Amino acid sequence: MTTNEKLLLNIGGVAKRFGSVVALRGADLEVRAGEVHALMGANGAGKSTLVKIITGVYPADGGQIVLDGKPVVFRSPAEARKAGIVSVYQDPAIVPDLTVAQNMRLARVPIEAVRASMKKLGIDNVDLSKRAGDIDFAILRLIDLSRAIASNPSILMLDEITAALPADLSDRVFAVIREWRESGRSVIFISHRMAEVGALCDRATVLRDGVTVGVTQTKGAEATIVNMMLGEEVAKAAATHHERQAPAASGASGDAALEVRNLACGHALRGVSFRVEPGEVLGVVALEGQGQEELFDCVAGVRRATGGEVLARGKPLRARHPADAIQAGLVLVPANRLQALLQQRSIRENVALATLGGMKGWLPIRMEEERQRVDKAVRRLQIDTRASAELRRLSGGNQQKVVIARWLASGFRTLLCFDPTRGIDIGTKQQIYALLREIAGQGASVLLFTSELPEIRLACDRAIVLFGGRISAQMSADEADEASLLHAAHGLDAAARMEAH
Amino acid sequence: MSAAGAAPERSRWLKSAGKQIREFGMPLVFTACILATALIHPNFGSFDLQSLALGALPLAMAAAAQAIVVISGGIDLSVGSMIAVSNVLSARLMQHASFEESLGLAVLVLVIGALLGAANGILTAITRIPDVVVTLTTGFIWGGVALLILERPGGGAPAEFLNIAAGIDFSEWLPNAFIVMVVVVALIWIPIRCSRIGLLLYAAGSDPVAAFRSGVNINVARTLAYTFGGVACAAGGIALTMTTGIGAPLAGTYYTLSSVAAAVIGGVRLSGGHGGMVGPVAAALLLTLIPMDLIFLNIDPNYGQVIQGTLIVLVVMFGGFITLMQKRK
Repeated sequence: MTTNEKLLLNIGGVAKRFGSVVALRGADLEVRAGEVHALMGANGAGKSTLVKIITGVYPADGGQIVLDGKPVVFRSPAEARKAGIVSVYQDPAIVPDLTVAQNMRLARVPIEAVRASMKKLGIDNVDLSKRAGDIDFAILRLIDLSRAIASNPSILMLDEITAALPADLSDRVFAVIREWRESGRSVIFISHRMAEVGALCDRATVLRDGVTVGVTQTKGAEATIVNMMLGEEVAKAAATHHERQAPAASGASGDAALEVRNLACGHALRGVSFRVEPGEVLGVVALEGQGQEELFDCVAGVRRATGGEVLARGKPLRARHPADAIQAGLVLVPANRLQALLQQRSIRENVALATLGGMKGWLPIRMEEERQRVDKAVRRLQIDTRASAELRRLSGGNQQKVVIARWLASGFRTLLCFDPTRGIDIGTKQQIYALLREIAGQGASVLLFTSELPEIRLACDRAIVLFGGRISAQMSADEADEASLLHAAHGLDAAARMEAH
Repeated sequence: MSAAGAAPERSRWLKSAGKQIREFGMPLVFTACILATALIHPNFGSFDLQSLALGALPLAMAAAAQAIVVISGGIDLSVGSMIAVSNVLSARLMQHASFEESLGLAVLVLVIGALLGAANGILTAITRIPDVVVTLTTGFIWGGVALLILERPGGGAPAEFLNIAAGIDFSEWLPNAFIVMVVVVALIWIPIRCSRIGLLLYAAGSDPVAAFRSGVNINVARTLAYTFGGVACAAGGIALTMTTGIGAPLAGTYYTLSSVAAAVIGGVRLSGGHGGMVGPVAAALLLTLIPMDLIFLNIDPNYGQVIQGTLIVLVVMFGGFITLMQKRK
């Protein structure tokens, strides 16, 4: 026996790849008995993958998990639960068509214990015979938490448990977590809210690019944690700083290319307003799930906003369908290329689709004209056409270029780019930045969401930061160094201001 | 502003209305149709009731089989072929058997049905080929097997055995076929519904990811559903033998799509996780009643198919409409 009796969970060198995407290279995590341990990392650092490996949702490709001194491999969440590891995921693991009580039986959790923990969380007024799908999302997450607590695990994993909760409920959750720690059991706490982590957690493990880069006490170490999450990329990005043209003449010229007023979409987006001038690239920065998907979807007509309005060149746009937005010159380059492209068809068909989508006439397609148009866009974007017959054989970067080429061929006023450089090699990234600048230089405008913070300085004129469905900061590209962006993205400025009062 | 108070009232009404219609709508519609039939056809009597029950018996079993699988999030396109196999197998084995032997053989056929169903489930689970493809393929195979067992319509079973379903032991207004229908479906469904298995089926059909994270083995749940579906199909095949007196290798094929129709009309949600047994059984009766009514009305009974299709579209549209209204609030 080693002397590691204080270590409840010891994870070493866990690796996981999905196809060609490496999610985890070597993740280490040590959790002591009776501590609340924060798992931190920027978007795509591998937090969720690690949680899913620990709870047996995915098998690991390498590394080992030692629980209470014994190496373990879980093949399903049920096995992990038996061993005393229970997770509360971001989307509640509650079956909507069953009642709450049936859901408890499904997971073999005694109903009395669930009632007791629901009482602690202050949700004991929920009718257990109600269909789970009819219950409020926030309450459902608490029910999921109650169930996890009631199964009495030795390690409780909470993935963004406070994300959808109002403040009073969050406080109750924290009280329960503290009580949990007193009883000598552990919590692995994942949150983007730095203030919560500082107040609640004992230690933090920071992941970056699938590797554990540091473990630290959390008390007063917010800045250290942010720096660990950032890594040395700050220095690298500064070195490759690009020459940027001055944005086109400001405001005075009249209508904005795109103006969003008080846009809201359910709980996710709670009143966002901004303008994008012609010839401007506006960057959007946010951690996962702060309303950016909803913002882009609403502007692009993919889903309907629940409040506020969108103006394209000063004209209010009520998009019921992406076609309406496209008509108004707002075109979307979505995060998931599979959503935008016909994988089994050729580059040419994919590029031409946007021009043909409107079905303006029933006459035969004018092939020669189409070919010229497509070829022009393909040349301009330097798309590798060796595998042009079937799109799925193209690399991710080239596929992304095809999505953009489609809109170049059809024409647009505002390009909505959602994380266009995710999973793309550095050379293609540079080409895309250059292209965005070129588009802006010709008088069109771009709204760019990116999960890679250095891109803001490379490609944008201004940036807005979303946090909790609202704009938490606005800055010019020159001010938008990664530290300020990341602080704003964690809502730290707001928290600091609140403490000052 | 003043509408704020009315909106939740309206959505609550819609919600409860939707629930009631889904749970009890089909038996009500069927009762209404029976009454309507009695009106348009004053001579509607116990004999018509008997032929309705006899005609609907195999379809009710097929509908139950399909409903179990669809509730668990799958679909079974081999229902008709499994019924055909059980039909010809029972007719061939029982042709020269005594009543007691026939009962034993019926159990054997039920076990074989369970195995056929389990094969569908296990294939889907192991190969991860979509259930539509797997069951379509196995359906072709079982269809061929049925022809190998009995090349052309024939075989038979002892008269006492046929009379279990075809006879009248209680009242001419309560033919045995009705009783067999209710008892067999209840024997298959009540143990499922009252045990953990039912929970697994609904969970796997409603949200497989959430169910998996709650500790449910989805593959086991789906395989169980197909197995019970196989048992119900075998019961349907035996019922077909009882009601027709013979085995016919091609008679089963009709039941694949009709079982889907009955399940959907009976309020089983095609995407899984919702529905029961009362609706599909009542829908099976209704789908049998419609062609009878057409004959009474001197309309070409081939319109039955048109009406059946229209009914499915209307029911599915209505369900979608209710869901949409609930979402809008």
